[in-house]
Amino acid sequence: MKNKILRSYLIGFILSLICTFTAYILVLIHISSAHETIPHIVLIPSILLIAILQLLIQLIFFLHLGQESSAKWNIILFIFTCCSILVIVVGSIWIMYHLNYNMTSLQMNQYINDQSGF
Amino acid sequence: MNMINKEILNKSEEQFNQDNKTYFGFWIYLMTDLLMFAGLFAAFAVLRSSTFGGSGAAEIFNLPFVLVETLLLLTSSFTCGLAIFFASTGSLRKVITFLFLTFILGLSFLSMEIYEFNNLFREGNTPQRSAFLSSYFSLVGTHGLHITAGLIWMTIMFIYILKKGLTKGAVRKLTLMGIFWHFLDIVWIFIFTIVYLTGVAL
Repeated sequence: MKNKILRSYLIGFILSLICTFTAYILVLIHISSAHETIPHIVLIPSILLIAILQLLIQLIFFLHLGQESSAKWNIILFIFTCCSILVIVVGSIWIMYHLNYNMTSLQMNQYINDQSGF
Repeated sequence: MNMINKEILNKSEEQFNQDNKTYFGFWIYLMTDLLMFAGLFAAFAVLRSSTFGGSGAAEIFNLPFVLVETLLLLTSSFTCGLAIFFASTGSLRKVITFLFLTFILGLSFLSMEIYEFNNLFREGNTPQRSAFLSSYFSLVGTHGLHITAGLIWMTIMFIYILKKGLTKGAVRKLTLMGIFWHFLDIVWIFIFTIVYLTGVAL
């Protein structure tokens, strides 16, 4: 039992290290090849995916989520929070992208001049 | 005899439920804190290209420097986990050793961040410079404040366990602190990926 916990920390640490270095090296390759070897459309989703993978690794191996006796409520709360985060972040990006899209830079400058800022 | 046993059992069960309530309450706090970070992340994602003619992410961030910061925090999260583990086995010396290691690693992380901010300020990249820098400083600065709070909490725990030993209460408080520290490391993964890696790549 005790060795099991110790081993789970070690596995979590090593897997997290691998994730961090993989993302870092992908970005290094991307920069050094002047954005050619790995295009943006592949790079950005893959490093985001690695980050989410590392989140799951740390939740399981460091926080031992789902192994306490109040596990059910902890997980329900966590999933609810993740949904809220998704709405906040994706919603903001979506709305602001559309605002930018529907406004040319000339209109934007005009707006900023008229209102003296946003 | 039977009744006494029953009483003891009831009492320990009560204590167990109480502890679980404490952990659950702390978890609720962490989730609301996560929502605040989500708001800051959303602000950063929206404002990241609004540099107002100033320098963008690719010019001001130093990736190897940030990688070292990330490794420091990740290792501190690991050693903190070990400290909590040894607290549950009751070996005070190992708890002190690993907690001290965690503290040193956390402190070096914070010093590197302050050094980085100081460099940015000296180059004129203050929060007032552009919307991008405002959102950057509020996101990373809030994380830094949390780290500072964690370090203060750790100092208090040092004094607590040196005075009172590894009592049940101490182990519970240490566990909560460990959860907090792991949480900060998880938030940093996303700062590292979204602010620094994507910032430099795009």
